[in-house]
Amino acid sequence: MANATSPLVKGKSSADKTVHEVINSHDFKMLVAKRWSVSMVLLAALFITYYGFILLIAENREWMSQKIGETTTLAIPLGVAVIVIAFVLTAIYVAWANASYDPEVERLKGQLKQ
Amino acid sequence: MPPSTQPMQTTLGSPQASSITFFVLIVMVTLAITYWAAKRTKSAKEFYAAGRSVSAVQNGLALAGDYMSAASFLGIAGMVSLKGYDGMIYATGWLVGWPALMFLIAEPLRNLGKFTFADVVAFRLRQGPVRIAAAVGGILTVLFYTIAQMVGSGALIKLMFGIKYEYAEIMVGIIMLAYVLFGGMVATTWVQIIKAVLLLIGVSFLTLLVLGRFGFSPSNLYGAVASQYGQTALEPGGLVKNPLDAISLGLALMFGLLGLPHILMRFYTVPDAKAARKSVLYATGLIGYFYIIIPIVGFGSAALVGRKMITGIDKGGNMAAPLVAELLGGTPFLGFIAAVAFATILAVVAGLTLAGSSAYSHDIYVSIIKKGHATEEEQMKTAKAATVVFGLAAVILGISFKGQNVAFMVGLAFSIAASANFPALLMSVLWKRFTTGGAVASILTGAFLSIGMIVVSPTVWVDVFHNAAPIIGLKNPCIVSMSAAFAVGIIVSLLTPDTRAQEMFEAEKLRTYLGVGAE
Repeated sequence: MANATSPLVKGKSSADKTVHEVINSHDFKMLVAKRWSVSMVLLAALFITYYGFILLIAENREWMSQKIGETTTLAIPLGVAVIVIAFVLTAIYVAWANASYDPEVERLKGQLKQ
Repeated sequence: MPPSTQPMQTTLGSPQASSITFFVLIVMVTLAITYWAAKRTKSAKEFYAAGRSVSAVQNGLALAGDYMSAASFLGIAGMVSLKGYDGMIYATGWLVGWPALMFLIAEPLRNLGKFTFADVVAFRLRQGPVRIAAAVGGILTVLFYTIAQMVGSGALIKLMFGIKYEYAEIMVGIIMLAYVLFGGMVATTWVQIIKAVLLLIGVSFLTLLVLGRFGFSPSNLYGAVASQYGQTALEPGGLVKNPLDAISLGLALMFGLLGLPHILMRFYTVPDAKAARKSVLYATGLIGYFYIIIPIVGFGSAALVGRKMITGIDKGGNMAAPLVAELLGGTPFLGFIAAVAFATILAVVAGLTLAGSSAYSHDIYVSIIKKGHATEEEQMKTAKAATVVFGLAAVILGISFKGQNVAFMVGLAFSIAASANFPALLMSVLWKRFTTGGAVASILTGAFLSIGMIVVSPTVWVDVFHNAAPIIGLKNPCIVSMSAAFAVGIIVSLLTPDTRAQEMFEAEKLRTYLGVGAE
């Protein structure tokens, strides 16, 4: 609970905090930190996927051109995989935000003085 | 089935009953929607943001409709048919911006803004200078993107329907203006939804027809391509030779999306940040699916129609998809695909026009000239006047750039968006000490460095101006111009501290993360 962890809001019951108190509460700072660390981890995964793909093509063409079927090259499923992974990363963010970001936002909003 | 035994007969380039019927049908339906939307478009909020009543699914479809241009539909299919695997590399680049848009911008943008991305940048900074700079960045992006779209569409319509280039430009201008002027964002949204649905259905059906010829096995299709054009058609070719060039273009495609005014503006049409978030997921899924199946159409066209026939109609390969549609589905299906391509052009240009109009009427007229105190009537009048001016400019620029090599303008638009609009947007959301001076300097650096560097690059200096050697070797400036925009924004902000902007950061955070006070 925010009341217990933040010195600024000690002793106050919920639904009576000022904007300043909520913004500086431990819970709000945790929420913002969590939001951006989730974003940054997913963005890093996106970078590794896409720029990794581009660099593999630029630096290791032979490896990308190896056949995995009669004529199909490894590069073909990898290209499709880049698109699929990009979508999956987006879906992970939405699932996280729906399951843990939104409820926390509602809880913090409930603490605000009307 | 080897293609070249007998040259295929095509009706492309002459108006056919089927293409005209489909085209007239699409235009009639969309104009009927515009008539209905016009009655619901009385305030600026309705004109620019469809009254914030668009659902997440609708916005996902409309975002996809706004983004999947005729260039990406016809261009990528053509590139795959002629260059093979390189077209697939190109297609992936067009998708990877969407997750980044989600992680960095979508929700803060929705919570902080009203109609334009400049609302976000100017949230706690001085309105005048920031709005002007943001409008410059926004309008330059939209302008280059529009020129590329208009020139491309004139040529495509001429190829498909045999209509004279100038008439095609005027036709696009008139129909598109009817949507935007009378129906505003409500009509534009529906045009984009209809176009996205038709395009996805059309291309899915075409993909099934192609795969049907190869026993529904992609590897049989690849085998047919390899037997005619050699194994190299399935291997990476010359597109990614220089890693630095590839990364720079990749950055422009990825972060350019996060600065495209016509895309960003769509987030104000949904009720809240949660809907904005969901709409990005839907858009990513639809666009991803589209870029996965488009190469199959391209390979199918190479295998069944043949490269010789494709380049015989258009050297750039743009008619690869329509030709294979005609071969497998007959003239009626070609008519459908051609009409959908036309609808695609209309929808994208309508979205761009609305974005260009809002940059002037909301950011300059309402916020600066009227200091935020314009009546609804004044706002609507200016918005519509700006729409007409922008629409006319699109037609005039389209006609005056006829036959010019404007392929670089899409890359330039993405580079300006990634360098001028995106850094200022991100820093204004994330960095407490960001200042007015920092924002203006960052936007202008990003915009003009992009333009300056692309002019002296191989893309323009050699390919357009036909000089022997470029002044700098980098084909897309983004890696330099975007980094410079961030660096300049940080340095100038540190040199011009602004305590008022820092004090207001709390209010901004409340709105960014909790959505309190969001419009």
